[in-house]
Amino acid sequence: MTVNAIGEYTATPRDVQANFHGMQLLYVYWEKHLMYCSAFALLVAPSLTFGDFIDQMFMGVIQAHPDSAKIDFSQALWLLNDQPFTPDYAASLEANGIDHKSLLRLSTPGLNGVQGSCS
Amino acid sequence: MATHNKKRLNLKDKYRYLTRDLAWETTYQKKEDVFPLEHFEGIKITDWDKWEDPFRLTMDSYWKYQAEKEKKLYAIFDAFAQNNGHQNISDARYVNALKLFLTGVSPLEYQAFQGFSRVGRQFSGAGARVACQMQAIDELRHVQTQLHAMSHYNKHFNGLHDFSHMYDRVWFLSVPKSFMDDARTAGPFEFLTAISFSFEYVLTNLLFVPFMSGAAYNGDMATVTFGFSAQSDEARHMTLGLEVIKFMLEQHEDNVPIIQRWIDKWFWRGYRLLTLVGMMMDYMLPNKVMSWAEAWEVYYEQAGGALFKDLERYGIRPPKYVEQTTIGKEHITHQVWATFYQYSKATNFHTWIPGDEELNWLSEKYPNTFDKYYRPRFEFWREQQAKGERFYNDTLPHLCQVCQVPAIFTEPDDPTKLSHRSHVHEGERYHFCSDGCCDIFKNEPVKYIQAWLPVHQIYQGNCEGGDLETVVQKYFHINIGQDNLEYVGSPDHQRWLAWKKLETPSQPAGSNKEHDAA
Ligand SMILES: [Fe+2]
Ligand SMILES: [Fe+2]
Ligand SMILES: [Zn+2]
Repeated sequence: MTVNAIGEYTATPRDVQANFHGMQLLYVYWEKHLMYCSAFALLVAPSLTFGDFIDQMFMGVIQAHPDSAKIDFSQALWLLNDQPFTPDYAASLEANGIDHKSLLRLSTPGLNGVQGSCS
Repeated sequence: MATHNKKRLNLKDKYRYLTRDLAWETTYQKKEDVFPLEHFEGIKITDWDKWEDPFRLTMDSYWKYQAEKEKKLYAIFDAFAQNNGHQNISDARYVNALKLFLTGVSPLEYQAFQGFSRVGRQFSGAGARVACQMQAIDELRHVQTQLHAMSHYNKHFNGLHDFSHMYDRVWFLSVPKSFMDDARTAGPFEFLTAISFSFEYVLTNLLFVPFMSGAAYNGDMATVTFGFSAQSDEARHMTLGLEVIKFMLEQHEDNVPIIQRWIDKWFWRGYRLLTLVGMMMDYMLPNKVMSWAEAWEVYYEQAGGALFKDLERYGIRPPKYVEQTTIGKEHITHQVWATFYQYSKATNFHTWIPGDEELNWLSEKYPNTFDKYYRPRFEFWREQQAKGERFYNDTLPHLCQVCQVPAIFTEPDDPTKLSHRSHVHEGERYHFCSDGCCDIFKNEPVKYIQAWLPVHQIYQGNCEGGDLETVVQKYFHINIGQDNLEYVGSPDHQRWLAWKKLETPSQPAGSNKEHDAA
């Protein structure tokens, strides 16, 4: 059953990529830094390189956190949609396989948030 | 039907004529055509005569009784306004709870009115129809009295000026809105399971007791009085909720699995919705009533436990994932307040860091979780605020496709890790805050793929602008610098300080009840 309805019922998804005018949604979750209450929902260009995404966008987003300056990206571990992931910083998000409504998880070993509280 | 000539009817006759006797057997139309929504949900009713009327109230006495309550209520509203009752509340921070109530709860009363009016037409049993119609009128009265009670506050505080517009647009209000829209677009039996049973019967005490006791503890007599005036109505609504569920379960055993799935769904949706109430109790009431965890224990774990024990004989088990609520009760309110604190640029109410006394109260009420996970977060923010760097999150949050709450909740087995679930439906990926919400989606994906998620709508350019300020001011109608942001130093705060100096010159501003954070 796709919906309990009185007759034939269909609908189109509201958030397909075509509705974002050439952009796509990307969710990023920085583990053990729950001062940011949820993953960030970001609007990104699929052609943006992973490196530019980190430098020009993500670092700005997490700037207020005291741990942000301490991140060593060479040690960072990533999950893309729950799968282990090794980003190519020179390649575009699209070429990295980061598609619309992907969820990226960043884990930064050794950084455990405000006073080690995972905040 | 028209054979009675007696001048005065006894109660029993009156009751019969004004309820059951309003029904008739159709002759020139098929019954299924007159009641076209009665069968598609799969609920089998073999004998509507088995319906026990829960209200035992006829329309004429209903009007009389409600009119009396109304008279008393409005006399108190008048007195409250004449005496500047808003200046006698515990602290101006309290009014932020009313802002949340007005934009997030009062519109639900109106939606309940619409929902009961609609389903009140759809049952072929007259008893159920009359009960729904009476509840519809109650709900309309509730929204009216709430608006009248709060219109006085609107004259003196910010953020109360455009509640119905905000309900339709503001990001966090899509949580209550989507809850009610989901119920109202369901069939009539699911609507009653959702609203009459799961909400009114199982969870309503968790909404009304906290708000009304909160009002009493904080000197808000106007709100206390509308609470009292709604109380006898709520008692009837709860009775209807229980009657509905027992009636459906007794009618046919095939109804059991359908109802179980609805109970699972609406318990979870209600639990998510009530997170807002829990936050209000733990963080927004200057004088606390009880903690959310305590309220959950009394009103759900004890009362609900007994109820589901009673329903066992029909083959009904407690709602799925209920064990997650036992874990979550120690976490969710802190997580939600932290969310509103950081997204306060886009709220019609103010947020703040609890004062030391309040932080200690939270440590005491949440000994397993508060100091370990949440206190450091709030203390860090307090330090930042003292340095003039009050923390705001300038990005948009990741929302759950079903409950529409940002996915801020942590895993039941790991409070340091956000709970995320995702599911691909017809090539499109969807995200959820929990197994509960993910299950709801999987049962009826076509309903939720259309969800109007505020964050995604903003990014699609459908909310008057691409930058947050334009969206907040123009699309939400939240006045920047007046309605939103930090409480300390806000116009509400400043006005309050001015009033208190004028009224109680012997007391220095900032003493006792005054907020001392930052
Ligand atoms: Fe109501
Ligand atoms: Fe009610
Ligand atoms: Zn959810």
